Amino acid sequence: MAPHDLRRPFKRPAISDQQKRRELALLRQAQHRRDAQLQARTLASSIAFLQDQNPTHHLDQPISEPGAEPEPESEPQHRDFNVVQASKLRGSEARNWFARQLMLPEWMIDVPPRLNRDWYVFARPAGKRCFVVSSNRTTVSRLRNGSVLHHFPSALPNGARTKDVSGPAHVFCILDCIFHEPDQTYYVIDMVCWRGYSLYDCTAEFRFFWLNSKLTETGACNPPSVYHRYRFSIVPIYDCDQNGLHAAYAGAVPYGKDGLLFYNKHAHYQTGNTPLALVWKDENCSQYVLDTDSKGQVPSQQQVVLELQEDRKLATSDDPPVVLGYLDGDILQKSGLRTGTLLRFAINDGGVRIVDGKLEIADVNYAGKANRARAFADSYSKVFFQYTARHSPLKIDDLVASVHSSQDQESESSDIEMVQ
Amino acid sequence: MEVTRVLLNAQAVDGTVRKQAEDSLKQFQDQNLPSFLLCLSGELANNDKPVDSRKLAGLILKNALDAKEQLRKFELVQRWLSLDPAVKAQIKGCLLQTLSSPVPDARSTASQVIAKVAGIELPHNQWPELIGSLLSNIHHHPAHFKQATLETLGYICEEVSSDVVDQDQVNTILTAVVQGMNSSEGDNDVRLAATRALCNALGFAQVNFTSDMERDYIMRVVCEATLSPDMRIRQAAFECLVSISSMYYEKLSSYIHDIFNIASKAVREDEEPVALQAIEFWSSICDEEIDILEEYGGDFSGDSEVPCFYFVKKALPALVPMLLETLLKQEDDQDQDEGAWNISMAGGTCLGLVARTVTDDIVPLVLPFIEENIAKPDWRQREAATYAFGSILEGPAPDKLMPIVNVALNFMLNALTKDPNNHVKDSTAWTLGRIFEFLHGSTIESPIITNANCQQILTVLLQSMKDVPNVAEKACGALYFLAQGYEDTVSSSLLSPFFQDIVQALLTVTRREDAGESRLRTAAYETLNEVVRCSADETVPTVLQLVPVIMMELNNTVEAQKLSSEEKARQNELQGLLCGCLQVIIQKLGASEPTKHLFMQYADQVMGLFLRVFACRHATVHEETMLAIGALAYTTGSDFAKYMQEFYPYLEMGLQNFEEYQVCAITVGVVGDLCRALEEKILPYCDGIMTQLLKDLSSNQLHRSVKPPIFSCFGDIALAIGENFEKYLIYAMPMLQGAAEVSTHTSGADDEMTEYTNMLRNGILEAYSGIFQGFKNSPKTQLLMPYAPHILQFLDSIYLKKDMDDVVTKTAIGLLGDLADALGGNAGPLISQAVASKNFLKECLSSDDHLIKESADWAQLAVSRAVAG
Repeated sequence: MAPHDLRRPFKRPAISDQQKRRELALLRQAQHRRDAQLQARTLASSIAFLQDQNPTHHLDQPISEPGAEPEPESEPQHRDFNVVQASKLRGSEARNWFARQLMLPEWMIDVPPRLNRDWYVFARPAGKRCFVVSSNRTTVSRLRNGSVLHHFPSALPNGARTKDVSGPAHVFCILDCIFHEPDQTYYVIDMVCWRGYSLYDCTAEFRFFWLNSKLTETGACNPPSVYHRYRFSIVPIYDCDQNGLHAAYAGAVPYGKDGLLFYNKHAHYQTGNTPLALVWKDENCSQYVLDTDSKGQVPSQQQVVLELQEDRKLATSDDPPVVLGYLDGDILQKSGLRTGTLLRFAINDGGVRIVDGKLEIADVNYAGKANRARAFADSYSKVFFQYTARHSPLKIDDLVASVHSSQDQESESSDIEMVQ
Repeated sequence: MEVTRVLLNAQAVDGTVRKQAEDSLKQFQDQNLPSFLLCLSGELANNDKPVDSRKLAGLILKNALDAKEQLRKFELVQRWLSLDPAVKAQIKGCLLQTLSSPVPDARSTASQVIAKVAGIELPHNQWPELIGSLLSNIHHHPAHFKQATLETLGYICEEVSSDVVDQDQVNTILTAVVQGMNSSEGDNDVRLAATRALCNALGFAQVNFTSDMERDYIMRVVCEATLSPDMRIRQAAFECLVSISSMYYEKLSSYIHDIFNIASKAVREDEEPVALQAIEFWSSICDEEIDILEEYGGDFSGDSEVPCFYFVKKALPALVPMLLETLLKQEDDQDQDEGAWNISMAGGTCLGLVARTVTDDIVPLVLPFIEENIAKPDWRQREAATYAFGSILEGPAPDKLMPIVNVALNFMLNALTKDPNNHVKDSTAWTLGRIFEFLHGSTIESPIITNANCQQILTVLLQSMKDVPNVAEKACGALYFLAQGYEDTVSSSLLSPFFQDIVQALLTVTRREDAGESRLRTAAYETLNEVVRCSADETVPTVLQLVPVIMMELNNTVEAQKLSSEEKARQNELQGLLCGCLQVIIQKLGASEPTKHLFMQYADQVMGLFLRVFACRHATVHEETMLAIGALAYTTGSDFAKYMQEFYPYLEMGLQNFEEYQVCAITVGVVGDLCRALEEKILPYCDGIMTQLLKDLSSNQLHRSVKPPIFSCFGDIALAIGENFEKYLIYAMPMLQGAAEVSTHTSGADDEMTEYTNMLRNGILEAYSGIFQGFKNSPKTQLLMPYAPHILQFLDSIYLKKDMDDVVTKTAIGLLGDLADALGGNAGPLISQAVASKNFLKECLSSDDHLIKESADWAQLAVSRAVAG
């Protein structure tokens, strides 16, 4: 208990230069550890689990080293993609890649069960469906076919060359949007990657929650400015109960509606066609119920685009493809069309039947090659929906009724739910 | 075995005898701990035994109860607690009995051992009769017994935390202590022991200090003790006042006036040790008010927990003159004496603190003193005036000081060249440094350094670097802050045109014959480092030219042969400075791609030199070289692999250096750098590194502060080598689990312990994070599944304790994400049960700290994926 030493630093800095350098070194190490940790987290999670249809495509190299033993086909890692690498792609490669990244809703042919409990509904903005990617301090939007729509600065993370750096270069975002021309706004309908973190395998419930809480934080929803050329906006998403369905169908929104989208709450973001997201339209909520031709007219006969496959098969874009008919051998010989080409056909009303809930087409009339901008054939559900829309459309009343009835069922079956 | 003989032999001058004695003591201890401890306590208690054997017996007892190293300490505590109660009772009896011994050293040793036992037992509600038996009959004891009892109470208060002693006992302790301090106590040794005991017991007096009557009584007795005829008692009494000022600041209002008078008298009239404590009282009050006011500033609502009473501000009119008086009491050679601490130094330091406390108000009170004395023929007056000026430069607003500084700058530059007195020049150069430190830089609106005066300032400073060592050292210091003011400038700075000259002048200083005095060489290198660190892009070529120059110097130190031990020490110091300099240069050049590319031409040579510096020593590695190698590894990236084979033995040596734990800590950090630079290329060295790290963790000798970074290092390694970490899991995981266990016991003891616990937690969490991320996407991830329950429990326990800091919060919530990310759906049910995945996550998501939020975002995402399956 001797007196304590009183000496305070005199005419000298309180810490030595060596101590300062030691502390700076520790700080540098901690910073680098954090960067390494962050990179591990984002890189690992940016490996998007893609359902690619062409396993020989050169991008389909697994992340693991060559020579590593092949994993079972069902392992999603087998088709790992690195979105960061993909973001460096240019030209046609980039188009090809991005063309296959969107989740494409099937058309609603019949009402799924438990619509009111397991589904969200929202009014789809009319406009161009696209992917918006912010990375390397710029933002690019790409249409469904992979081509670039806009290249612009945005307030999304790492989306513009602003002074405040929003994170390391590998921080990027991918949003699923619809660009709405009249108000020059990107309506965000889904979030795929955020700040480098992948949301591919998160449920729609979580993705919408995340979208709602994160997007506004960034200022991306603010009016346009120098470093933020287009406004982003969120669409109101409802539980698909009676009120929600009504609000989505009849409620006022700042954008032109193009039908309703239904998302299953528990479904992950799945690229390509999926029955866990559905689109439905009628004249009330969409100007585009029936397909139009290049002049904007509804043709008298239903038009479909199908892909020519081996053995003259004409198939939809589904996975696996649904064969809807065969190309006439004469036409094939005369035209010298190659497999993989997208072809346009007209369908005679009489040539279509619905058997056991399945669409069968007896007679397709070749009408020529499809527009070059098309990247995919029509899906089976689209062909089906277009057909019923012309004959016996699924009406909003059917949807409402279904929500009603499943609400009833719910109260009956609640006991059973409890003991499960 | 004749214990006395062995204990004496263990202190023998003859190494062989000593070794033999130590061995037999160790053997005895290992064979039968209870009887060993009993035997020692018997020795200590026996008045017939020689004092030296009794002292050593006590010391060994003490070391059997406590250790600096946390894990070791924990083990010792457990060991004592598990001893047979009868044995312990006997030992404690001997210890208490020793307090009445006529031999002072025996009593004092016993006091300390009793405190250690109390430190273990009182928190476990054992030995409840201790305080009572110490205090019983204290008044009937002879003086030396009383003195020992009070000393013991003092040690106990130092040892145990205040919450394990109940208020009744606190009251009796304080009563006994304060009575012992009273002027009615005739024996000065008793009074001194009581005063010193009070100093330690103050932390127990929380409740008593809330009672006006009790507080008044304590304060009166302490103040009276400052007037004791015994200087030691006056000194100890002022030390109590210093402690009270920081512990019970908010209770001082009614005493501050009296204390001020007592302290002023002591400062002016008393012997130096007392006067120094009296000044320290005011310095301590300043520390308190600076802290409180800083908290005010940070929180606009203005409700700090402790209100500021503005004691310093109120005392200002009398306090400042008193402190200014002390400035005139310089000792003749204080600037040459490294260990000096006298009244003028303490007074000047206190004046600086006062300026920081009251800010602008100090200026008009000190300015007349400066003006009156700055040009006086007596050097003491000129020096005091200069020092006073330098002291008040931190605190007042720049716009209050700017006008004075603008006038004074020329005067100072002139004095630094022309004043005949070295003390004056020393303080002048120091004051210039303070001007640059506080009134120069990117945040100051109107710069004092301009195109017009920059050249003159540099000319004077570079000239002064040729002055006597202590003045040259301060000139280097001034240049240090001058350069630091440009740290935010990127492309060009005012110093750039002079950069070459500055570097040259500093190198010249480092080569001065007398550069060993006043740590001049060190100051010159430190300044060179800062000049390089803050240099603008346009001077990169000069920085690059510096590489071969410093390499040459370093090479010269390596070449030297057959050195005496003194020369060896100098070589060692110089190598440290040169490696430090290279570290800064490597970091500067490595910071951007083009300059990194330029530096890379030297990388092989630099590394070659570092290896030769290592080779200069046999058993230890140079800390500075290790730091520089960390920077080099970061800059060269995976290219560093080519040096690994040669470097590895030194890396291992660094990791084995328990004695100089800083070296070990730096080396552990370098392993992290290497992991990030080499990634999987570090794999061939991992067996060795992991073995060493595991040994370090098991060692009781290694300073505890190194252990948390070692855990973090596990994470670095796992992240670098991925699933190859598999073979280390069976060793690393139990270590982590054990440490997690320890951390749940250690938290909350006191601030220091909580801080350490948080460091430990952070290390453990970082290790887990690295391991999970490393294993991710590997089929072997399953191997981690068995550890998940414990890890989640650990996260829960940290969360529930509520005493983690922001760093731990960030790491902990990030780990939750990493665990969920790596284990995915398999861990879903476990994760959803953990508290951490609910409330903790929710709190972190709404945190203001963006790093915490970033980690929480990650965790939420990963958890939601895992839980959704």
